[in-house]
Amino acid sequence: MIRWYWAGVLALALLSFLSIFVGVIDLSLRGLWRDPEALRLIGISRFPRTIAAVIAGATLAIAGCVMQMLVRNRFVEPMTAGTGQGAALGILIVTIFAPQASIFLKMVLASGTALVASLGFLEIVRRLPPTQPLLVPLVGLVYGGIIGAGVVFVAYQADLLQFISVWLNGEFSGVLRGRYELLWLAAAGAALTYFAADQFAIVGMGRAVTTSLGLNYKQVVLVGLVAISLISSLTVVTVGIIPFVGLVVPNIISRLFGDNLRQTLPLVAMMGAGLTLASDIAGRLIRFPFEVPVGTVLGVVGAVIFLRLLYRTPRYA
Amino acid sequence: MRRRLIWLAVALCLCCVAYMTIGVRGPLSFVIPFRGTKLAALILVGVSISTSTVLFQTVSQNRILTPSIMGFDALYVMILTGAVFFLGGMTVALVSAHLAFAVTACAMTLAALLLFSTLLQSVHNNLMRMILTGIVLGALFRALTDFMQRLIDPNEFSVIQGASFARFTQIETDLLLLASVVCGVAVVLAWRMRFALDVLTLGREAAVNLGLDLQRVQMQALILTAVLVAVSTALVGPVAFLGLLVVSLARLATPVERHGVIFISASLISAITLIGGQTVLERVFHLSTPLSVVIDLLGGALFLILLLKGQRR
Repeated sequence: MIRWYWAGVLALALLSFLSIFVGVIDLSLRGLWRDPEALRLIGISRFPRTIAAVIAGATLAIAGCVMQMLVRNRFVEPMTAGTGQGAALGILIVTIFAPQASIFLKMVLASGTALVASLGFLEIVRRLPPTQPLLVPLVGLVYGGIIGAGVVFVAYQADLLQFISVWLNGEFSGVLRGRYELLWLAAAGAALTYFAADQFAIVGMGRAVTTSLGLNYKQVVLVGLVAISLISSLTVVTVGIIPFVGLVVPNIISRLFGDNLRQTLPLVAMMGAGLTLASDIAGRLIRFPFEVPVGTVLGVVGAVIFLRLLYRTPRYA
Repeated sequence: MRRRLIWLAVALCLCCVAYMTIGVRGPLSFVIPFRGTKLAALILVGVSISTSTVLFQTVSQNRILTPSIMGFDALYVMILTGAVFFLGGMTVALVSAHLAFAVTACAMTLAALLLFSTLLQSVHNNLMRMILTGIVLGALFRALTDFMQRLIDPNEFSVIQGASFARFTQIETDLLLLASVVCGVAVVLAWRMRFALDVLTLGREAAVNLGLDLQRVQMQALILTAVLVAVSTALVGPVAFLGLLVVSLARLATPVERHGVIFISASLISAITLIGGQTVLERVFHLSTPLSVVIDLLGGALFLILLLKGQRR
């Protein structure tokens, strides 16, 4: 296990290094010593962008992992099952009714609506029969789609369509120093889930097992949902909806290493960060001076991986 | 049944009259052709969407599937974008809109046949997996489209811009004639298949027992579906849940299993929804939200309800 941790850290360091040196303005290692301008560029743009991608990817993967445990289904993630769209709805409501509100208030309200949206999803899932596991992600996708359509509807009426497209399509090109720091809060929230990792792993075994092991089922679920909503709304506020990271990464890690979250959560976080960072770098390189948003890159990559996961033969059935 | 169909037809006529007359300003010689072409296009789109949905539901033997849920219209937009991407926007813009439409429609039919005939085989094994696959494929097509659009020159982008969003207010009227011919042929062919489709509704085994050439009927229905989706998407862009909404309504309004009835009532309801909805939204409420968003909202909710209800049974 330790070996895998080191491999993850190494890969992430390599990608971060690349991310700092890839961009429209040429940077070279040697020039760094002489050029104060280059250091300023890194400080203002490249470094924040790299950190933002790392945090967003890692926290989203963790949020996806926790959600999959809470819902007991491998094919859900907050960004497609309504939580992300709920957060966007919250921001939209604040923008319409209190345009002057501070970013903090926006975030609190977005987390609130995201929480309500995920509670609603959980309530629907609870009524679904356990014999149809693929119904859950299907309902989640449609549920998220309806909330998304609601967001578009309201935005059209208020003439804010361009405004919301920033949140509905994840992109890192707008990340500068002073405009991404909220993400650190998401990182803190994700780090806190690590302390409850065992509890989430147990909840993933079902309500009966959880109760008989002496855990307060409802409390753990609520804590998990709050963490998911917080992470999702912070990500949506700062960089927009980034699809598929929370879905694909926990699946792959769980297939390779099992479901002992205390061991695997760091790997989930590292792989999520790596995937997002790599997609962002790819998006910057594909059509060089211009950029392809990370949401689009991940939409293609993630959908293909998802289809593969859907059609692989189950290892244990 | 006949009386209900007549009532629907009357309602449609009322909608058309309302659409043509409410809020008229300016000389009639301008208004009548201007609104008339839009009206014709709306009817055309309504008929092609409802017919393609009925065909698809019968072939997949399922009441909650529609071509657009399975990613058909996303596929069409992707093919159009791909043409501009690989051939260059100038080539596509220089050849007439008609030729471009014909080529993309053919490519669409081929791709849809390849992709969905294999998918449809697995309906019986695992329906949920198939729907999920369709939705994810749709997402993949949209992401790929977006991806190619980012790589295309902004000047060339304007060639495809219209196709990516559903809009009922600006309709590509220059395609209207060709589209109505294609759509008319497809609808007539679908109409002639109605008895075979009735037999197919009985179930696969029963249909084969009764001597139906299952493969052929399925292929024909899929081809017609692909063509009709191409027509409607070329005219107004993708509308996700309209088909589901109107066909479900049609099954409520005329609860018989005969395709001869369902085709007509679904087409009538579809046209009523589009024209009436457009009139109400645009002229009565003066809403800026396009009709497609409202339809997506309602249709999405209906889809969710159907999914949940279907499970409880």
